[in-house]
Amino acid sequence: MADTVVTPTAEPVQSKRRVMTLNMGPQHPSTHGVLRIVVELDGETIVSAKADIGYLHTGIEKEMEVKTWQQAVPLTDRVDYLSNLANNLCYALAVEKLLQIEIPAKAQWSRVMMCELSRIQSHLVWLGTHALDIGAMSVFFYCFREREEILKLLEMFSGQRMMTSYIRIGGLALDHPRGWEKAVKRFLDDFPSKIDQYQNLLDNNPIWRQRTIGVGGLALDKLVELGVTGPMIRAAGVPWDIRKTEPYSSYEKFNFKVPVYTGNDVYDRYRVRMDELRESCSIAQQALAGMPEGDFQANAPKIVLPDREKMKTQMEALIYHFKIVTEGFSVPAGEVYQPVESPRGEIAYYVVSDGGNKPYRVHMRTPSFGNLQALEAFFDRKLIADSIATLGSMDFVLGDTDR
Amino acid sequence: MIAETLQDNAHIAALTSHLGEAVLDAADPFGEITISIAAEKIVDACRVLKSRGFNRISAVTAVDWQTREPRFEVIYHLHALPLSPQGGKHERLRLKAGVGSAFPEIDSATAVWAGADWYEREVFDMYGIVFRNHPNLTRILMPDNWEGYPLRKDFPIHGYKYSYAEEK
Repeated sequence: MADTVVTPTAEPVQSKRRVMTLNMGPQHPSTHGVLRIVVELDGETIVSAKADIGYLHTGIEKEMEVKTWQQAVPLTDRVDYLSNLANNLCYALAVEKLLQIEIPAKAQWSRVMMCELSRIQSHLVWLGTHALDIGAMSVFFYCFREREEILKLLEMFSGQRMMTSYIRIGGLALDHPRGWEKAVKRFLDDFPSKIDQYQNLLDNNPIWRQRTIGVGGLALDKLVELGVTGPMIRAAGVPWDIRKTEPYSSYEKFNFKVPVYTGNDVYDRYRVRMDELRESCSIAQQALAGMPEGDFQANAPKIVLPDREKMKTQMEALIYHFKIVTEGFSVPAGEVYQPVESPRGEIAYYVVSDGGNKPYRVHMRTPSFGNLQALEAFFDRKLIADSIATLGSMDFVLGDTDR
Repeated sequence: MIAETLQDNAHIAALTSHLGEAVLDAADPFGEITISIAAEKIVDACRVLKSRGFNRISAVTAVDWQTREPRFEVIYHLHALPLSPQGGKHERLRLKAGVGSAFPEIDSATAVWAGADWYEREVFDMYGIVFRNHPNLTRILMPDNWEGYPLRKDFPIHGYKYSYAEEK
C-alpha cells in the first residue's frame, strides 16, 4: 500500500482554481471490493488519481510455497473468486506441462465447459453490478437469477458453489454427477433468451447510452503498454484472445468467434462482454454435445489419487494413495509461464520447481492487477461522474489484484 | 551458452550484436525462450526487444534462490502482441537477470514500458530489490511500515511478530 495520502493543495496564488482531495474507498460500493482511490478534483474534473491497493493481500503466493503441489489448488480458487475455474486451470496446466502428463479428452472438454460456465457467471456479476452503479437497478436481479443457476451447476459438479477446486493437477476432482447433461442442457438452451432480456433493458436505454458511449477511452498504445488485457483491449479493436492465439485444453477444436469492437469506450466493453456471453454459451453447448467418453483423470498413478475401489483390493494402489496424501508428488525442476484467457483478461502463472514436492515459486500475473494499473491514465482529466462508469467497465476483482 | 535450437533465432542474434558478452545464456525449455542478460544491461536488452516488436510487458517478477549467488533472479515476461489481424505473430519471451544479495539493485524498465511500474513495485515490496530510476518505488501490497520482505525465503510463513513457541 503506497503512501498516497495527499495533503490538500489549496493554493489560490496562481489562479482562483481550488483543488479538492477526495478519498474514494476502500469501502465505497462502486469500487467493487476494497480499492482505495485518492482523487484530486478541480470542480468536477479529476486532476489526478492514485489507486491504493493491497487491502485484500493475503499472501497466497507465499503460502503456496509451503503447500504440496496438489494442496495449492484450493489457494488458486481464492485469487479471483469470480472465475476460480480459470485460475485452477491455469495452475493445473502449468504444473502438467512441467510433469509432461497428458490429460484425457473428456477431462479437457469438461474443463472447457466448466470454464465457459464460470465465464458466463463472472460476466453476469459484472453486468449486474456495473448496471447498478450507473443506476439500472433491475438488471442486477435478472443477472443474479441466472448466476444462481450456474452456481447450482457448479455445486452439482464439485460440491461447492464458488470455491470449486474442480480442476486438479492431472484432470478433474470428480467424475460427472448423475443427470448432469440434462441440467446443463436446460440452462444452456434457456440462456440466450435471457441475454436478450438484458439487452432489451440496456441496449437502447437512453440513460445507459448517454452514460457509456464515448466514456472512458484511452489511446490504444497506452492500453497495450500499461498491460490492459481481455475485453477491454478487444473493445479497442485488438483481436486478441488467448483461447485463439495460444490455445490450451483443446480450445482449438471449438468453433467460436472473438468479439471485437473499435469504440474503445464503456459501451463497447459492454458489447464485447455481451457477445462473449453468447459465444461462451455456444462453446459450452459444443462441449456438452461432443463430450468424449473415457477417463476424467490422467493415467499417472504417481500423481492422481487411485480409484477408491482399487485401493481396497490392490496393494499398489494403496501405496500410491499413501504416498500422494502424505508427501505429495515431486515435479521435475524447471519453469513454465502459462497464459490463460480469464473473463477479465490474461491470467498467467509462472511456476518454478526445484524438483521438490512443493512449488518453489508461483507468480500470478493477474488481469485485474494489469488492468487497474491503467486507472490513473483512465481518470486523468475526466469527469468524476464518468469515473464510476469507467471503474465498472474495467471489471476488476480485488482478490485478483492483491492476491 | 546459447542452446543449439536457438542458434538462428533473430531476437537472440540482435541481442548479441547489440550487447555482445552481456547475453549470458539462452534456452527454450517447453518451447519458452529464456534469455539471461547481465543485470547492468537489462534496460538495453529491453529496448532492443521493444524495437523488435515486443510491445507489451506481461509481468515482472523475481525468484529467491537463497543459497546461490547471485541470490535473486529478476524475470521479465515479454509479449509481442499484433494489434491487427494482419499484424504478425504472437511471441513470448522471458528475460532473466541475476541480482546479488549484498546490493539488490537493478535498473527499472519503466522507461521502456510504462506497464512495468506496478510489477516492479511489487518485486520491491516482496523481495526488497531496488529498481533504479523508478518513478515511484514504494510498497504496493504490504503496509508502508512493514518490516522485511515477505517473499524472501528467509521470511517465515508465520510467527513473524508473535511466536507461539515463546508463550508460557
